[in-house]
Amino acid sequence: MATQHARSAARLMMAPAVVLLLGWMLVPLTMTLYFSFTKYLPLRGDSLDRGLDWVGFANYARFLGSSSFWPSVQATLIIVGGVLIVTVVLGILLAILLDQPFWGQGIVRLLVIAPFFVMPTVSALVWKNMFMDPVNGILAHLWRFFGAQPVSWLSDASVQSIVLIVSWQWLPFATLILLTAIQSLNSEQLEAAEMDGASPLERFWHIVLPHLSRAITIVVLIQTIFLLSIFAEIFVTTGGAFGTRTLTYLIFQRVVDSQNIGLGSAGGVYAIILANIVAFFLMRIVGSNLDR
Amino acid sequence: MQFKNLLGAATALALFATTPALAQTITIATVNNGDMIRMQGYTDQFTADTGIKVEWVTLEENVLRQRVTTDITTKGGQFDIMTIGMYETPIWGANGWLVPLNDLSAEYDVDDILPAMRGGLSHDGTLYAAPFYGESSMVMYRTDLMKKAGLEMPTAPTWEFIRKAAIAMTDRASDVNGVCLRGKAGWGEGGAFITVTANSFGARWFDEDWNAQFDQPEWAAALNFYVDLMKQAGPPGYSTNGFNENLSLFQQGKCGMWIDATVAASFVTNPKDSSVADKVGFALAPDTGLGKRSNWLWAWALAIPAGTKQEAAAKTFIEWATSKEYIELVAAKEGWANVPPGARTSLYANPEYQKVSFAKMTLDSINAADPTNPTVKPVPYVGIQFVAIPEFAGIATEVSQEFSAAYAGQQSVEDALAKAQALTNDAMEAAGYR
Repeated sequence: MATQHARSAARLMMAPAVVLLLGWMLVPLTMTLYFSFTKYLPLRGDSLDRGLDWVGFANYARFLGSSSFWPSVQATLIIVGGVLIVTVVLGILLAILLDQPFWGQGIVRLLVIAPFFVMPTVSALVWKNMFMDPVNGILAHLWRFFGAQPVSWLSDASVQSIVLIVSWQWLPFATLILLTAIQSLNSEQLEAAEMDGASPLERFWHIVLPHLSRAITIVVLIQTIFLLSIFAEIFVTTGGAFGTRTLTYLIFQRVVDSQNIGLGSAGGVYAIILANIVAFFLMRIVGSNLDR
Repeated sequence: MQFKNLLGAATALALFATTPALAQTITIATVNNGDMIRMQGYTDQFTADTGIKVEWVTLEENVLRQRVTTDITTKGGQFDIMTIGMYETPIWGANGWLVPLNDLSAEYDVDDILPAMRGGLSHDGTLYAAPFYGESSMVMYRTDLMKKAGLEMPTAPTWEFIRKAAIAMTDRASDVNGVCLRGKAGWGEGGAFITVTANSFGARWFDEDWNAQFDQPEWAAALNFYVDLMKQAGPPGYSTNGFNENLSLFQQGKCGMWIDATVAASFVTNPKDSSVADKVGFALAPDTGLGKRSNWLWAWALAIPAGTKQEAAAKTFIEWATSKEYIELVAAKEGWANVPPGARTSLYANPEYQKVSFAKMTLDSINAADPTNPTVKPVPYVGIQFVAIPEFAGIATEVSQEFSAAYAGQQSVEDALAKAQALTNDAMEAAGYR
């Protein structure tokens, strides 16, 4: 057991790391908060050196009142939700498949994980130009081979396309976590159930799935955190058009295209609030799983 | 012994690290267009002549804009030379962010720069960026397909003729689209194209009091015409096509006509890249008889951000890259068709260059564009395919996103125009114009 003395020494030694991490988080957050209450238009000559005008909640009102705000929240939730559903469902199926012994298992596992190592920009470009292009893409050739009219994926099914691209990228992550969870499942339990006459579906539903619930919770939570801020896939493919302008992308447009840092910062604060709301509900929904 | 070795290695390293600092190195941000890439190939020659080393940061157009705008507004100082366009130059020059180019050498012959280009790259009569190449837009068409359709392209066609020809040339079974036009969201992509098209239909972005004009019949006419034309004769998925996408379609022989930047002429007539190089004709951008043609004016120009420590070296580079000598260098190595066009009067007076098939049409197109008087009705702004105010890029990007959604059939033209009207007025109010 640690003495009082040892404990305070430990605190002292941890202090630099804690202070650094706090600063790392607090400085940008404080600046964002500050900017969100000011008029900061760099192209009109506003700059930090000259001092910024305080405008109160005007930026917040304008961001919320803009016609693009609610559609962007909606787009964010649809894309995040869509990717979560696709990756968790396919992730479970793939994990069960990869858990079976078969020839070349090692290589197949490696290949399944590979998409996770491809940079988002690169994967989006490959999808856009080599798969989804309505003239030269593989899918267009496939469609034409069967005599169908090629689909212009990124404009006609834009949200679905983004969900597909992002899911492709995050599926390995889900698979990996779920696979390790499945491997930790006691096989004797399954054998016992089989001997008692449980069908494969019943075994999956009553033994495998409850066993996986914890891993699914982790997958959902971690992915949500990252998916709320997806950007590269949208930037490269649709440029925010066709209803794929998420909240993150809208903030980017306000700051970079419109060069309105105050307005963009207010949007950033809304994004923090949205992320917390989503996290709160997710925690409530899946929280019971973590307690067990 | 080992320590001594280490020490020696360290000294060598230190020496090695300091040498590049002695020789001057300038960093240049530029756009990934063919002419710029070509210039990078000749950088060694510049370094050999002057001893100044050059580091390139080559970016796609939209990304370049974002990077250099962020750098200049935050005084980041990452670049000694920036490649910027006609939209940025006057705004940045007015803010005092650029080094004025009023002391260029006599050999450089600044009066040789085409007047339209010089005017567009100046603020209050002071030149702030030197044009590397200039462009307008024009019609490029397949002479063989035009003949097959039994039509003849006039030198100054109307939109009605373009529609007729496009429908006649379209052959979806063999993958030929009558006309390829930009529909991609972004103010410099589809936004620029629809703006010049609207100009020729008598529309304008703002009236004299900065009220948005998307609720006017001219815009509806232009947008409906465009959507209708593309539905009948455009390539599939045109709402995501920009310059590069259309270029590759045309080079593969999948377009009957393409209305885009004059600078593309040298790419589509280059047999190395283009399968239709010997079958391309040129015409002025179309109109509707109202007195304004749908062609824009643009220049990619080199400018020096104020505050750089390498101003002299940067000026030396700009004088080299935009000089008559550079043009001659490229002509000698790669032929006259491949020199950067649209910047200098002397180039168009050169009998060698006049033999190039698209030279005259390029010059005529540039001369047909007037940024100070871009529309049929009067406007309070300068600029043809853009409005030279700092807020425009943000507004026009959102407007073009609404338009692209209409091209893709996700909303009606009327809805797109109504949304454009609302968001433009909203942004102009926020900026204090109304």
